[in-house]
Amino acid sequence: MNAPLRAAANKTDPALAGSVLSVSQLAKSFDGRIVLNGLDFTVKAGVATALIGANGSGKSTLMKCLIRLIEPSTGRIEMLGQDVLSLSPRGLRAFRAQVGVVWQKHNLVPRLSALSNVVHGVQARMSGPRAWFQSLAPDTVRAEALDCLDRVGLADRALQRVDSLSGGQQQRVAIARMLMQRPRIILADEPDASLDPQSGEEVMRLLSGLARQDGLTLIIISHRMEHTLEFSDHILGLQQGKIVMDRPTPGTDAAQLRRFFEHQE
Amino acid sequence: MANGTVTIPRFEHRSIGEYIGIVVVLALVVSSIASTAPQLDALGRGIERLFAPSGLLAQMFPPDISRIDRISLKLLETLQMAVAGAALGLIFAVPFAILATDRLSPHPLVRAAARGVIALFRTIPDLVWAIFFIIMVGLGPAAGVLAIMVDKIGFAGRFFAEAMEEADTGPQDALRAIGASRMGIIFSAVFPACLPSFTATSLFALEKAVRGSAALGLVGAGGIGVDLKVAFDLFNYDEALTIILMLFALVMIVEQGSSWIRSKLI
Repeated sequence: MNAPLRAAANKTDPALAGSVLSVSQLAKSFDGRIVLNGLDFTVKAGVATALIGANGSGKSTLMKCLIRLIEPSTGRIEMLGQDVLSLSPRGLRAFRAQVGVVWQKHNLVPRLSALSNVVHGVQARMSGPRAWFQSLAPDTVRAEALDCLDRVGLADRALQRVDSLSGGQQQRVAIARMLMQRPRIILADEPDASLDPQSGEEVMRLLSGLARQDGLTLIIISHRMEHTLEFSDHILGLQQGKIVMDRPTPGTDAAQLRRFFEHQE
Repeated sequence: MANGTVTIPRFEHRSIGEYIGIVVVLALVVSSIASTAPQLDALGRGIERLFAPSGLLAQMFPPDISRIDRISLKLLETLQMAVAGAALGLIFAVPFAILATDRLSPHPLVRAAARGVIALFRTIPDLVWAIFFIIMVGLGPAAGVLAIMVDKIGFAGRFFAEAMEEADTGPQDALRAIGASRMGIIFSAVFPACLPSFTATSLFALEKAVRGSAALGLVGAGGIGVDLKVAFDLFNYDEALTIILMLFALVMIVEQGSSWIRSKLI
Protein backbone atom coordinates (compact mmCIF):
# COMPACT_ATOMS: atom_id res chain seq x y z
CA MET A 1 0.00 0.00 0.00
CA ASN A 2 2.70 2.50 0.96
CA ALA A 3 5.23 1.60 -1.69
CA PRO A 4 5.62 5.13 -3.13
CA LEU A 5 6.51 6.55 0.26
CA ARG A 6 9.08 3.90 1.03
CA ALA A 7 10.56 4.08 -2.42
CA ALA A 8 11.17 7.79 -1.91
CA ALA A 9 12.71 7.26 1.50
CA ASN A 10 14.90 4.29 0.65
CA LYS A 11 16.70 5.60 -2.39
CA THR A 12 20.42 6.18 -1.90
CA ASP A 13 20.99 9.77 -0.95
CA PRO A 14 24.44 11.17 -0.26
CA ALA A 15 22.97 13.85 1.97
CA LEU A 16 21.54 11.18 4.21
CA ALA A 17 24.77 9.19 4.47
CA GLY A 18 26.15 11.08 7.48
CA SER A 19 24.68 14.04 9.29
CA VAL A 20 21.44 15.28 7.82
CA LEU A 21 21.46 18.52 9.80
CA SER A 22 24.37 20.60 10.93
CA VAL A 23 23.84 23.83 12.86
CA SER A 24 26.69 26.15 13.78
CA GLN A 25 26.69 29.38 15.78
CA LEU A 26 22.95 29.83 15.26
CA ALA A 27 21.57 32.88 17.03
CA LYS A 28 18.24 34.66 17.12
CA SER A 29 17.18 37.75 19.04
CA PHE A 30 13.82 39.47 19.19
CA ASP A 31 14.10 43.20 19.97
CA GLY A 32 17.44 42.69 21.72
CA ARG A 33 16.20 39.67 23.71
CA ILE A 34 18.43 36.68 22.95
CA VAL A 35 16.40 33.53 22.32
CA LEU A 36 19.02 31.36 20.60
CA ASN A 37 22.59 31.98 21.67
CA GLY A 38 25.12 30.47 19.28
CA LEU A 39 23.87 26.88 18.93
CA ASP A 40 26.12 24.13 17.56
CA PHE A 41 24.85 20.61 16.97
CA THR A 42 24.45 17.92 14.35
CA VAL A 43 21.73 15.37 13.73
CA LYS A 44 22.52 12.07 12.06
CA ALA A 45 20.38 10.60 9.30
CA GLY A 46 17.64 8.22 10.42
CA VAL A 47 18.02 9.19 14.07
CA ALA A 48 15.11 10.34 16.26
CA THR A 49 16.32 13.36 18.21
CA ALA A 50 14.34 14.80 21.11
CA LEU A 51 14.67 18.52 21.70
CA ILE A 52 13.91 19.25 25.34
CA GLY A 53 13.89 22.34 27.50
CA ALA A 54 11.65 24.50 29.65
CA ASN A 55 9.12 26.93 28.18
CA GLY A 56 10.95 29.87 26.64
CA SER A 57 14.22 27.95 26.21
CA GLY A 58 14.03 28.47 22.43
CA LYS A 59 12.91 25.04 21.16
CA SER A 60 10.07 26.22 18.92
CA THR A 61 12.10 29.19 17.69
CA LEU A 62 14.90 26.80 16.75
CA MET A 63 12.46 24.53 14.93
CA LYS A 64 11.07 27.49 12.94
CA CYS A 65 14.56 28.81 12.20
CA LEU A 66 15.50 25.43 10.68
CA ILE A 67 12.99 25.96 7.86
CA ARG A 68 13.20 29.76 7.96
CA LEU A 69 9.67 30.38 9.13
CA ILE A 70 11.67 32.64 11.44
CA GLU A 71 14.84 34.16 9.99
CA PRO A 72 17.86 33.54 12.27
CA SER A 73 19.96 36.58 13.21
CA THR A 74 23.29 34.86 12.52
CA GLY A 75 24.77 31.40 12.09
CA ARG A 76 24.66 28.59 9.59
CA ILE A 77 22.20 25.77 8.96
CA GLU A 78 23.04 22.94 6.61
CA MET A 79 20.17 20.55 6.14
CA LEU A 80 19.73 17.85 3.51
CA GLY A 81 22.94 19.01 1.88
CA GLN A 82 21.77 22.59 1.43
CA ASP A 83 22.88 25.85 2.97
CA VAL A 84 19.42 26.81 4.22
CA LEU A 85 20.13 30.47 4.97
CA SER A 86 21.39 31.23 1.47
CA LEU A 87 18.42 29.73 -0.39
CA SER A 88 16.47 31.92 -2.81
CA PRO A 89 12.66 32.12 -2.33
CA ARG A 90 12.20 29.45 -5.00
CA GLY A 91 14.97 27.31 -3.52
CA LEU A 92 13.46 27.72 -0.06
CA ARG A 93 10.10 26.43 -1.31
CA ALA A 94 11.78 23.40 -2.86
CA PHE A 95 13.75 22.81 0.35
CA ARG A 96 10.69 23.11 2.60
CA ALA A 97 8.93 20.54 0.41
CA GLN A 98 11.40 17.94 1.71
CA VAL A 99 10.82 18.77 5.37
CA GLY A 100 7.68 17.41 7.02
CA VAL A 101 6.41 19.45 9.93
CA VAL A 102 3.90 18.31 12.56
CA TRP A 103 2.70 21.16 14.75
CA GLN A 104 1.43 21.30 18.30
CA LYS A 105 -1.91 22.40 16.89
CA HIS A 106 -2.77 20.24 13.91
CA ASN A 107 -3.29 23.28 11.63
CA LEU A 108 -5.71 21.49 9.33
CA VAL A 109 -8.38 23.31 7.30
CA PRO A 110 -11.44 22.63 9.48
CA ARG A 111 -14.19 22.78 6.86
CA LEU A 112 -12.51 20.34 4.50
CA SER A 113 -12.51 16.54 4.60
CA ALA A 114 -9.64 14.52 6.01
CA LEU A 115 -8.79 13.40 2.47
CA SER A 116 -8.63 16.96 1.08
CA ASN A 117 -6.36 17.95 3.96
CA VAL A 118 -4.05 15.05 3.21
CA VAL A 119 -4.10 15.87 -0.53
CA HIS A 120 -2.74 19.32 0.46
CA GLY A 121 0.53 17.58 1.32
CA VAL A 122 1.14 17.02 -2.40
CA GLN A 123 1.59 20.79 -2.78
CA ALA A 124 5.16 20.15 -1.73
CA ARG A 125 5.81 18.81 -5.24
CA MET A 126 2.77 19.78 -7.30
CA SER A 127 0.91 23.06 -7.75
CA GLY A 128 -2.38 24.04 -9.36
CA PRO A 129 -6.04 23.26 -8.68
CA ARG A 130 -5.47 19.49 -8.71
CA ALA A 131 -3.58 19.82 -5.44
CA TRP A 132 -6.24 21.95 -3.73
CA PHE A 133 -9.11 19.53 -3.11
CA GLN A 134 -9.51 15.76 -3.20
CA SER A 135 -12.36 16.10 -5.70
CA LEU A 136 -10.00 17.73 -8.24
CA ALA A 137 -6.96 15.56 -7.49
CA PRO A 138 -5.69 12.99 -10.03
CA ASP A 139 -6.41 9.34 -9.22
CA THR A 140 -2.77 8.66 -8.30
CA VAL A 141 -2.74 11.52 -5.79
CA ARG A 142 -6.07 10.45 -4.26
CA ALA A 143 -4.82 6.88 -3.96
CA GLU A 144 -1.61 8.00 -2.28
CA ALA A 145 -3.54 10.28 0.09
CA LEU A 146 -5.86 7.39 0.98
CA ASP A 147 -2.81 5.23 1.57
CA CYS A 148 -1.38 7.86 3.94
CA LEU A 149 -4.71 7.99 5.80
CA ASP A 150 -4.65 4.20 5.96
CA ARG A 151 -1.18 4.29 7.53
CA VAL A 152 -2.50 6.49 10.35
CA GLY A 153 -5.61 4.30 10.69
CA LEU A 154 -8.15 6.78 9.35
CA ALA A 155 -8.94 5.56 5.84
CA ASP A 156 -12.55 4.98 6.91
CA ARG A 157 -12.87 8.68 7.86
CA ALA A 158 -11.51 9.99 4.56
CA LEU A 159 -14.56 12.04 3.60
CA GLN A 160 -15.40 13.22 7.10
CA ARG A 161 -14.86 16.90 7.86
CA VAL A 162 -11.79 17.20 10.07
CA ASP A 163 -13.55 19.49 12.53
CA SER A 164 -15.84 16.57 13.36
CA LEU A 165 -12.87 14.34 14.35
CA SER A 166 -11.35 14.07 17.84
CA GLY A 167 -8.11 15.92 18.70
CA GLY A 168 -6.06 12.74 18.39
CA GLN A 169 -7.62 11.88 15.04
CA GLN A 170 -6.97 15.40 13.75
CA GLN A 171 -3.32 15.11 14.73
CA ARG A 172 -3.17 11.78 12.87
CA VAL A 173 -4.64 13.46 9.77
CA ALA A 174 -1.89 16.09 10.11
CA ILE A 175 0.68 13.28 10.20
CA ALA A 176 -0.90 11.75 7.07
CA ARG A 177 -0.63 15.15 5.34
CA MET A 178 3.03 15.26 6.32
CA LEU A 179 3.57 11.72 4.91
CA MET A 180 1.87 12.81 1.67
CA GLN A 181 4.65 15.34 1.35
CA ARG A 182 7.16 12.42 1.06
CA PRO A 183 9.53 14.21 3.46
CA ARG A 184 13.18 13.32 4.01
CA ILE A 185 13.21 14.71 7.53
CA ILE A 186 10.40 15.30 10.05
CA LEU A 187 10.19 18.18 12.52
CA ALA A 188 7.53 17.70 15.20
CA ASP A 189 6.79 20.58 17.57
CA GLU A 190 5.04 19.08 20.62
CA PRO A 191 2.59 16.94 18.64
CA ASP A 192 1.36 15.47 21.94
CA ALA A 193 0.89 18.76 23.80
CA SER A 194 -2.78 19.46 23.16
CA LEU A 195 -3.90 15.83 23.52
CA ASP A 196 -4.98 13.72 26.47
CA PRO A 197 -2.24 11.35 27.74
CA GLN A 198 -3.54 8.31 25.86
CA SER A 199 -4.05 10.11 22.53
CA GLY A 200 -0.69 11.86 22.99
CA GLU A 201 1.08 8.54 23.42
CA GLU A 202 -0.74 7.05 20.41
CA VAL A 203 0.32 9.98 18.24
CA MET A 204 3.94 9.79 19.41
CA ARG A 205 4.05 6.02 18.88
CA LEU A 206 2.56 6.42 15.40
CA LEU A 207 4.93 9.23 14.40
CA SER A 208 7.99 7.43 15.74
CA GLY A 209 6.93 4.15 14.12
CA LEU A 210 6.34 5.74 10.72
CA ALA A 211 9.68 7.54 10.84
CA ARG A 212 11.51 4.30 11.69
CA GLN A 213 9.53 2.36 9.07
CA ASP A 214 10.54 4.83 6.33
CA GLY A 215 14.05 5.42 7.69
CA LEU A 216 13.37 9.15 8.20
CA THR A 217 15.19 11.51 10.50
CA LEU A 218 12.92 12.81 13.25
CA ILE A 219 13.45 15.90 15.39
CA ILE A 220 10.78 16.08 18.02
CA ILE A 221 9.94 18.50 20.83
CA SER A 222 8.09 17.00 23.76
CA HIS A 223 7.60 18.09 27.35
CA ARG A 224 6.76 14.58 28.49
CA MET A 225 9.87 12.87 29.85
CA GLU A 226 8.50 9.37 29.28
CA HIS A 227 7.96 10.19 25.59
CA THR A 228 11.48 11.58 25.28
CA LEU A 229 12.95 8.40 26.73
CA GLU A 230 10.73 6.03 24.80
CA PHE A 231 10.66 7.57 21.35
CA SER A 232 14.08 9.16 20.81
CA ASP A 233 17.58 7.90 20.07
CA HIS A 234 19.33 11.12 21.03
CA ILE A 235 18.54 14.07 23.29
CA LEU A 236 19.42 17.73 22.84
CA GLY A 237 18.68 19.88 25.89
CA LEU A 238 18.20 23.62 25.47
CA GLN A 239 18.61 26.10 28.29
CA GLN A 240 18.33 29.85 27.77
CA GLY A 241 19.10 29.49 24.09
CA LYS A 242 22.11 27.21 24.51
CA ILE A 243 22.61 23.47 24.08
CA VAL A 244 23.46 22.16 27.55
CA MET A 245 22.70 18.48 26.96
CA ASP A 246 23.75 16.47 23.91
CA ARG A 247 23.71 12.75 24.60
CA PRO A 248 22.26 9.45 23.35
CA THR A 249 18.95 8.41 24.91
CA PRO A 250 20.16 4.89 25.80
CA GLY A 251 21.92 5.38 29.12
CA THR A 252 19.78 8.38 30.04
CA ASP A 253 17.16 7.90 32.72
CA ALA A 254 14.20 9.83 34.06
CA ALA A 255 16.18 11.08 37.06
CA GLN A 256 18.75 12.73 34.79
CA LEU A 257 16.02 14.41 32.76
CA ARG A 258 14.30 15.54 35.95
CA ARG A 259 17.56 17.09 37.14
CA PHE A 260 17.92 18.81 33.77
CA PHE A 261 14.48 20.36 34.09
CA GLU A 262 15.06 21.30 37.74
CA HIS A 263 18.16 23.25 36.72
CA GLN A 264 16.03 25.24 34.32
CA GLU A 265 13.96 26.70 37.16
CA MET B 1 -15.40 55.29 53.03
CA ALA B 2 -18.28 56.21 55.35
CA ASN B 3 -19.24 54.36 58.56
CA GLY B 4 -17.02 51.46 57.53
CA THR B 5 -18.87 50.83 54.24
CA VAL B 6 -17.42 51.43 50.78
CA THR B 7 -19.00 54.33 48.92
CA ILE B 8 -19.25 53.58 45.23
CA PRO B 9 -19.64 56.64 42.97
CA ARG B 10 -22.92 56.63 41.06
CA PHE B 11 -21.34 57.94 37.87
CA GLU B 12 -17.98 57.20 36.33
CA HIS B 13 -15.58 60.14 36.49
CA ARG B 14 -15.00 61.68 33.07
CA SER B 15 -12.34 64.08 31.91
CA ILE B 16 -13.01 67.63 30.68
CA GLY B 17 -12.12 66.46 27.15
CA GLU B 18 -14.81 63.76 27.26
CA TYR B 19 -17.42 66.31 28.43
CA ILE B 20 -16.43 68.65 25.61
CA GLY B 21 -16.73 65.75 23.15
CA ILE B 22 -20.24 64.90 24.35
CA VAL B 23 -21.34 68.57 24.11
CA VAL B 24 -19.93 68.86 20.56
CA VAL B 25 -21.75 65.70 19.40
CA LEU B 26 -25.04 66.87 20.97
CA ALA B 27 -24.65 70.32 19.38
CA LEU B 28 -24.04 68.72 15.99
CA VAL B 29 -27.15 66.53 16.27
CA VAL B 30 -29.42 69.38 17.44
CA SER B 31 -28.15 71.90 14.87
CA SER B 32 -28.49 69.33 12.07
CA ILE B 33 -32.10 68.54 12.99
CA ALA B 34 -32.93 72.23 13.38
CA SER B 35 -31.52 73.22 10.00
CA THR B 36 -32.60 70.31 7.79
CA ALA B 37 -35.50 68.35 9.33
CA PRO B 38 -39.03 69.36 8.26
CA GLN B 39 -40.92 71.84 10.41
CA LEU B 40 -43.76 70.21 12.30
CA ASP B 41 -46.44 72.45 10.77
CA ALA B 42 -45.17 71.73 7.22
CA LEU B 43 -45.10 68.00 8.02
CA GLY B 44 -48.67 68.22 9.32
CA ARG B 45 -49.87 69.96 6.15
CA GLY B 46 -48.09 67.33 4.04
CA ILE B 47 -49.75 64.44 5.88
CA GLU B 48 -53.10 66.19 5.52
CA ARG B 49 -52.58 66.48 1.74
CA LEU B 50 -51.47 62.84 1.53
CA PHE B 51 -54.73 61.59 3.04
CA ALA B 52 -57.03 64.22 1.41
CA PRO B 53 -59.90 62.86 -0.83
CA SER B 54 -57.94 63.89 -3.93
CA GLY B 55 -54.53 63.39 -2.33
CA LEU B 56 -51.62 61.16 -3.36
CA LEU B 57 -52.89 58.04 -1.60
CA ALA B 58 -56.40 58.36 -3.10
CA GLN B 59 -54.87 58.69 -6.57
CA MET B 60 -52.68 55.64 -6.00
CA PHE B 61 -55.59 53.30 -5.27
CA PRO B 62 -56.56 51.04 -6.84
CA PRO B 63 -53.22 50.21 -8.46
CA ASP B 64 -53.30 50.28 -12.27
CA ILE B 65 -52.33 46.87 -13.66
CA SER B 66 -53.11 47.61 -17.29
CA ARG B 67 -49.40 47.68 -18.19
CA ILE B 68 -48.39 44.82 -15.96
CA ASP B 69 -46.76 42.90 -18.83
CA ARG B 70 -44.34 45.76 -19.57
CA ILE B 71 -43.73 46.36 -15.87
CA SER B 72 -42.99 42.64 -15.42
CA LEU B 73 -40.45 42.73 -18.23
CA LYS B 74 -38.79 45.82 -16.75
CA LEU B 75 -38.80 44.15 -13.35
CA LEU B 76 -37.06 41.14 -14.88
CA GLU B 77 -34.52 43.53 -16.44
CA THR B 78 -34.00 45.07 -12.99
CA LEU B 79 -33.36 41.65 -11.49
CA GLN B 80 -30.99 40.76 -14.34
CA MET B 81 -29.10 44.02 -13.84
CA ALA B 82 -28.77 43.25 -10.13
CA VAL B 83 -27.65 39.67 -10.68
CA ALA B 84 -25.19 40.56 -13.45
CA GLY B 85 -23.78 43.57 -11.59
CA ALA B 86 -23.51 41.70 -8.28
CA ALA B 87 -21.93 38.62 -9.91
CA LEU B 88 -19.33 40.67 -11.79
CA GLY B 89 -18.68 42.80 -8.71
CA LEU B 90 -18.20 39.76 -6.48
CA ILE B 91 -15.86 38.09 -8.98
CA PHE B 92 -13.68 41.20 -9.28
CA ALA B 93 -13.87 41.86 -5.53
CA VAL B 94 -11.95 38.64 -4.80
CA PRO B 95 -8.60 39.66 -6.37
CA PHE B 96 -8.88 43.16 -4.94
CA ALA B 97 -9.56 41.67 -1.50
CA ILE B 98 -6.59 39.29 -1.77
CA LEU B 99 -4.29 42.15 -2.72
CA ALA B 100 -5.68 44.22 0.17
CA THR B 101 -5.04 41.50 2.78
CA ASP B 102 -1.89 41.89 4.90
CA ARG B 103 -0.70 38.28 4.76
CA LEU B 104 -1.61 37.61 1.13
CA SER B 105 -0.60 40.81 -0.64
CA PRO B 106 2.71 40.56 -2.49
CA HIS B 107 3.90 44.03 -1.41
CA PRO B 108 2.79 46.79 1.01
CA LEU B 109 2.45 49.25 -1.88
CA VAL B 110 0.16 46.84 -3.75
CA ARG B 111 -1.87 46.39 -0.57
CA ALA B 112 -2.20 50.15 -0.08
CA ALA B 113 -3.26 50.61 -3.71
CA ALA B 114 -5.87 47.81 -3.50
CA ARG B 115 -7.26 49.24 -0.28
CA GLY B 116 -7.42 52.67 -1.90
CA VAL B 117 -9.38 51.35 -4.88
CA ILE B 118 -11.80 49.46 -2.62
CA ALA B 119 -12.32 52.58 -0.48
CA LEU B 120 -12.89 54.71 -3.58
CA PHE B 121 -15.45 52.26 -5.00
CA ARG B 122 -17.21 52.00 -1.65
CA THR B 123 -17.41 55.66 -0.71
CA ILE B 124 -18.84 57.01 -3.96
CA PRO B 125 -22.62 56.24 -4.06
CA ASP B 126 -23.90 53.91 -6.79
CA LEU B 127 -26.10 56.70 -8.21
CA VAL B 128 -22.98 58.77 -8.89
CA TRP B 129 -21.32 55.76 -10.51
CA ALA B 130 -24.48 55.32 -12.62
CA ILE B 131 -24.24 58.89 -13.91
CA PHE B 132 -20.55 58.34 -14.64
CA PHE B 133 -21.23 55.16 -16.63
CA ILE B 134 -24.22 56.71 -18.47
CA ILE B 135 -21.77 59.31 -19.79
CA MET B 136 -19.38 56.49 -20.66
CA VAL B 137 -21.65 53.86 -22.27
CA GLY B 138 -24.96 55.70 -22.70
CA LEU B 139 -28.42 55.33 -21.17
CA GLY B 140 -29.68 51.84 -20.40
CA PRO B 141 -29.04 48.76 -18.28
CA ALA B 142 -25.34 48.43 -19.23
CA ALA B 143 -24.59 51.58 -17.23
CA GLY B 144 -26.62 50.18 -14.35
CA VAL B 145 -24.74 46.87 -14.40
CA LEU B 146 -21.38 48.68 -14.35
CA ALA B 147 -22.52 50.93 -11.50
CA ILE B 148 -23.68 47.94 -9.44
CA MET B 149 -20.46 46.08 -10.25
CA VAL B 150 -18.22 48.90 -9.04
CA ASP B 151 -20.35 49.43 -5.94
CA LYS B 152 -20.16 45.70 -5.11
CA ILE B 153 -16.38 45.57 -5.61
CA GLY B 154 -16.18 48.22 -2.91
CA PHE B 155 -18.74 46.54 -0.65
CA ALA B 156 -17.62 42.91 -1.00
CA GLY B 157 -13.92 43.76 -1.39
CA ARG B 158 -13.86 45.24 2.08
CA PHE B 159 -15.74 42.38 3.74
CA PHE B 160 -13.85 39.67 1.83
CA ALA B 161 -10.54 41.25 2.90
CA GLU B 162 -11.69 41.46 6.53
CA ALA B 163 -12.74 37.80 6.46
CA MET B 164 -9.35 36.78 5.05
CA GLU B 165 -7.51 38.88 7.66
CA GLU B 166 -9.45 37.11 10.42
CA ALA B 167 -9.00 33.58 9.02
CA ASP B 168 -6.95 31.22 11.22
CA THR B 169 -3.34 31.58 10.15
CA GLY B 170 -2.32 28.10 11.38
CA PRO B 171 -3.38 26.14 8.26
CA GLN B 172 -1.80 28.84 6.06
CA ASP B 173 1.50 28.59 7.94
CA ALA B 174 1.37 24.79 7.74
CA LEU B 175 1.03 24.93 3.95
CA ARG B 176 3.70 27.62 3.66
CA ALA B 177 6.00 25.37 5.69
CA ILE B 178 5.70 22.57 3.15
CA GLY B 179 6.48 24.91 0.26
CA ALA B 180 2.96 25.47 -1.08
CA SER B 181 2.55 28.34 -3.54
CA ARG B 182 0.69 31.55 -2.68
CA MET B 183 -2.25 30.46 -4.84
CA GLY B 184 -2.20 27.03 -3.23
CA ILE B 185 -2.41 28.58 0.23
CA ILE B 186 -5.23 30.93 -0.84
CA PHE B 187 -7.37 28.24 -2.47
CA SER B 188 -6.58 25.40 -0.05
CA ALA B 189 -6.60 27.18 3.30
CA VAL B 190 -7.93 30.74 3.06
CA PHE B 191 -11.02 30.35 0.85
CA PRO B 192 -12.41 27.25 2.61
CA ALA B 193 -12.03 29.03 5.97
CA CYS B 194 -13.76 32.15 4.63
CA LEU B 195 -16.55 30.36 2.77
CA PRO B 196 -19.33 31.10 5.32
CA SER B 197 -18.37 34.77 5.47
CA PHE B 198 -18.00 35.02 1.67
CA THR B 199 -21.42 33.42 1.19
CA ALA B 200 -23.12 35.78 3.64
CA THR B 201 -21.45 38.83 2.08
CA SER B 202 -22.35 37.69 -1.45
CA LEU B 203 -26.00 37.22 -0.56
CA PHE B 204 -26.16 40.61 1.16
CA ALA B 205 -24.52 42.10 -1.92
CA LEU B 206 -27.22 40.56 -4.11
CA GLU B 207 -30.00 41.88 -1.86
CA LYS B 208 -28.40 45.31 -1.87
CA ALA B 209 -28.03 45.17 -5.64
CA VAL B 210 -31.71 44.33 -6.17
CA ARG B 211 -32.82 47.21 -3.93
CA GLY B 212 -30.30 49.59 -5.47
CA SER B 213 -30.99 48.65 -9.10
CA ALA B 214 -34.51 50.11 -8.91
CA ALA B 215 -33.10 53.49 -7.90
CA LEU B 216 -30.52 53.46 -10.70
CA GLY B 217 -33.31 53.73 -13.27
CA LEU B 218 -34.20 57.14 -11.82
CA VAL B 219 -31.05 58.56 -13.42
CA GLY B 220 -31.50 56.55 -16.64
CA ALA B 221 -29.38 53.52 -15.93
CA GLY B 222 -32.04 51.00 -16.96
CA GLY B 223 -34.48 48.84 -15.06
CA ILE B 224 -37.85 49.53 -13.46
CA GLY B 225 -36.70 52.84 -11.99
CA VAL B 226 -37.16 54.55 -15.37
CA ASP B 227 -40.82 53.52 -15.47
CA LEU B 228 -41.32 54.55 -11.85
CA LYS B 229 -39.92 58.01 -12.57
CA VAL B 230 -42.07 58.38 -15.70
CA ALA B 231 -45.18 57.28 -13.78
CA PHE B 232 -44.56 59.91 -11.11
CA ASP B 233 -43.67 62.60 -13.67
CA LEU B 234 -46.94 61.94 -15.57
CA PHE B 235 -48.95 61.81 -12.30
CA ASN B 236 -49.82 58.14 -12.98
CA TYR B 237 -49.70 57.41 -9.28
CA ASP B 238 -51.83 54.25 -9.60
CA GLU B 239 -49.29 52.78 -12.01
CA ALA B 240 -46.48 53.94 -9.70
CA LEU B 241 -48.11 51.99 -6.87
CA THR B 242 -48.20 48.85 -9.04
CA ILE B 243 -44.47 49.24 -9.71
CA ILE B 244 -43.71 49.84 -6.03
CA LEU B 245 -45.72 46.77 -4.97
CA MET B 246 -44.06 44.55 -7.57
CA LEU B 247 -40.65 45.85 -6.58
CA PHE B 248 -41.49 45.16 -2.95
CA ALA B 249 -42.49 41.59 -3.87
CA LEU B 250 -39.24 41.08 -5.82
CA VAL B 251 -37.08 42.36 -2.97
CA MET B 252 -38.95 40.17 -0.48
CA ILE B 253 -38.52 37.08 -2.66
CA VAL B 254 -34.79 37.73 -3.07
CA GLU B 255 -34.35 38.38 0.67
CA GLN B 256 -36.26 35.24 1.64
CA GLY B 257 -34.36 33.21 -0.95
CA SER B 258 -30.99 34.46 0.27
CA SER B 259 -31.97 33.79 3.91
CA TRP B 260 -32.84 30.22 2.94
CA ILE B 261 -29.55 29.76 1.06
CA ARG B 262 -27.63 31.21 4.02
CA SER B 263 -29.31 28.80 6.41
CA LYS B 264 -28.43 25.86 4.14
CA LEU B 265 -24.83 26.81 3.34
CA ILE B 266 -23.51 28.36 6.54
